[in-house]
Amino acid sequence: MQTNQLLLLFCTVLLLLGLVAFFVGRAKAARVRASGTAMYAQPGQYAWFAVLSTAGPAVLVGAVGSLLLLLLGANIPPMYLLAASLVVAAAGLAVGVAQVKPHFHARQAIERVIRWVLTGAAMISIFTTFGILFSIISEALRFFQMHSFWDFITGTTWNPGASFLAAAGRGDGSSAEFGSVPLFAGTFMITAIALLVAVPIGLLSAIYMSEYAPQRVRTIAKPVLEVLAGIPTVVYGFFAAITVAPIIVNIAGFFGLDASYNNAVAPGIVMGIMIIPFISSLSDDVINSVPDSMRQGSLALGMTKGETIRDVVVPAALPGIISAALLGMSRALGETMIVVMAAGMRPNLTANPLEDMTTVTVRIVASLTGDQEFESAETLSAFALGLVLFVVTLTLNLVSVLMIRRFREKYRVNNL
Amino acid sequence: MSHSFDEISQQLKRRHRKSARLKWISMGALGLAGLFLVLFFADMLSKGLPAFQQAYINTEVRYTEEASRDGRLAFEEELLPLISRTVVRVIPLQLRNNPEMIGTSEQRWMLATSEVDQYLKGHRNRLSDEEKAEIDERVATGQVDLRFNKTFFGSGDSKIAENAGILSAVVGTIMTMIVTLLISFPIGVMTAIYLEEFAPDNRFTQLIEININNLAAIPSILFGLLGLAIFINFFGVPRSSPLAGGMTLALMTLPVIIIATRTALRSVPDSIRHAAFGVGCSRWQVVRDHVLPLAMPGIMTGSIIGLAQAMGETAPLIIVGMVAFIPDVSASFTQAATVMPAQIFTWSGEPEQAFVEKTAGGILVLLSVLISLNAFAVVLRKKFERRW
Repeated sequence: MQTNQLLLLFCTVLLLLGLVAFFVGRAKAARVRASGTAMYAQPGQYAWFAVLSTAGPAVLVGAVGSLLLLLLGANIPPMYLLAASLVVAAAGLAVGVAQVKPHFHARQAIERVIRWVLTGAAMISIFTTFGILFSIISEALRFFQMHSFWDFITGTTWNPGASFLAAAGRGDGSSAEFGSVPLFAGTFMITAIALLVAVPIGLLSAIYMSEYAPQRVRTIAKPVLEVLAGIPTVVYGFFAAITVAPIIVNIAGFFGLDASYNNAVAPGIVMGIMIIPFISSLSDDVINSVPDSMRQGSLALGMTKGETIRDVVVPAALPGIISAALLGMSRALGETMIVVMAAGMRPNLTANPLEDMTTVTVRIVASLTGDQEFESAETLSAFALGLVLFVVTLTLNLVSVLMIRRFREKYRVNNL
Repeated sequence: MSHSFDEISQQLKRRHRKSARLKWISMGALGLAGLFLVLFFADMLSKGLPAFQQAYINTEVRYTEEASRDGRLAFEEELLPLISRTVVRVIPLQLRNNPEMIGTSEQRWMLATSEVDQYLKGHRNRLSDEEKAEIDERVATGQVDLRFNKTFFGSGDSKIAENAGILSAVVGTIMTMIVTLLISFPIGVMTAIYLEEFAPDNRFTQLIEININNLAAIPSILFGLLGLAIFINFFGVPRSSPLAGGMTLALMTLPVIIIATRTALRSVPDSIRHAAFGVGCSRWQVVRDHVLPLAMPGIMTGSIIGLAQAMGETAPLIIVGMVAFIPDVSASFTQAATVMPAQIFTWSGEPEQAFVEKTAGGILVLLSVLISLNAFAVVLRKKFERRW
């Protein structure tokens, strides 16, 4: 039988057993109660307990069994597993109904089960992180068995070349070079351009919104800026490739410079636009929580409003502003679609942003969308790049969180 | 002395000018951000709106015996370069389904090639001068015209530009979002309930909290790597399927829903919990019967915003293979599908000029769906928000 047919059968039988458990349990509880015995819980609660004791262990057995099946290969036929879990369900039904006794705390039992279920749900987010780490690290390790870690970190040529032939058993793949320096150079170049756009505009907008703007402007401007963050990145990528890149080429041509249509400036600028709201909204919050006593002190000493903002408010808010910029930077480093669509494909170690260059994320996408064997060094290199990306963004995020915490402790604000 | 006073007041004037300058500069920065937004939308509209119209040619179609083998034979020879290649298949198919039509003929609006379409819209095209003259003549008599583009909304992807539509991507998006929501909504809400209402304040709880904040900041492409390595390679979920894509996106949406739900739960005042405990409710009864219903509008708003975010996500879906070429609409969770952003990505890589317009048209559809979702979330919040 097909897997999904088995699943359907399992669900149907379990549903039927659950219904039986509910009604039998409730009827029994109602009978006990009608006989005049005081009970610890309502009939409905006994009924729900019977349902839980029917379904819970059965689902658990089924899930663990199929996981083992996947892990160890098909040692147990799925039919046996189905039968086993249904037997467990029937046993659970019997136990659940038998537990309908005046001295049984059904409500507390349900409460305990629910607490475990909720804890289980909370564990899933931890599993996700471990899943990401595990999947990236295990594949990256396989890559580092083929190519040395040192060459990967310091090499200046990225040329997967014929590595896919080696995976297919032809050639030895020795001509392939995986030096990630040009990729990281491209990534940091584009990120730097993005930050050059986003930090001044984001910070100044935040200053305007928190220090100058009337309430009415604030209530309009904030959501409008948030729209910038809500636009899908694939749309930004199209905008960068079709509209911004030709403009950049024309401007460069006007100054007699030669620019590629896949230059780094176009994706950089558009990525900068995308992260403006990340920087402005956090900076806005931070500037708002600088205590007013500092502004009053400064104004009382005869400073103008501009000087107060420049010399008192912004320096006080600096940890928060840096933290916002770091968050924006981590966004820009991991951003994929804009660079896939607007930046180049050629690993190119250059300091000229008008040339085409590629980034880490572009390489990850390129090496996973081809038709190579999954085992080939080129495919696995994507996981090695992903590992570095994970470590870098994680570090940036942690530093950013620490800086915000420091700011919060210094000024005792709780709303950040 | 008076000289020095003058100097000071001069200096003061300079300082105030400088102060005023900061105000204008910062205002300009905000204006610049707004300007970007306006330019962006204007650009998308001007590029994408023409995609909703398509060139059609009104001509006589002769349903002859030969035409049921090769659809092109149903038309005058001089028109053939102007009529879409799709007729090769369309006319024979029509005649096979309605054999009684063979031998008749009718006047009909036929889909023109994308070259004609681009010429009428004033874009770059590869038509010869005679063909252009021919079209101009027919436009004058109303035999060639731009009409509403049914194909764009009613069919799947195609390599023939005028025949490409967004429907299969829309269906794929709906299927993927169903999977995403079915997984991330219950788990997200349960996690938030655990953290806000049940969890003791210990190391384990802090670990979960840090972890969730961290997940929210991980680049989306890494979720794609997870989906590829765990869901597809390990669990054997079919590649390119809405199931694989939806599960991957669910993990990405999870932190958004958790954070929104926690905020909503926290905004329910403690007095409600105290009252419920006071009449003897257990913890779960308090949450289920009192706190959760009151927090529901906030939870829904957050989930809709999370869903909109997931709907626009492309990078992880490319990694799990959801950039497949899907000409036919299929509503299956385990077969290859594509989603709107992936369709936009695919079209943006096509070299033909006509696909630029398709891409922008797809973007307009996606943006209008996202904007309506977000507007719906805002309305929901406005309508049900309670101040305690």
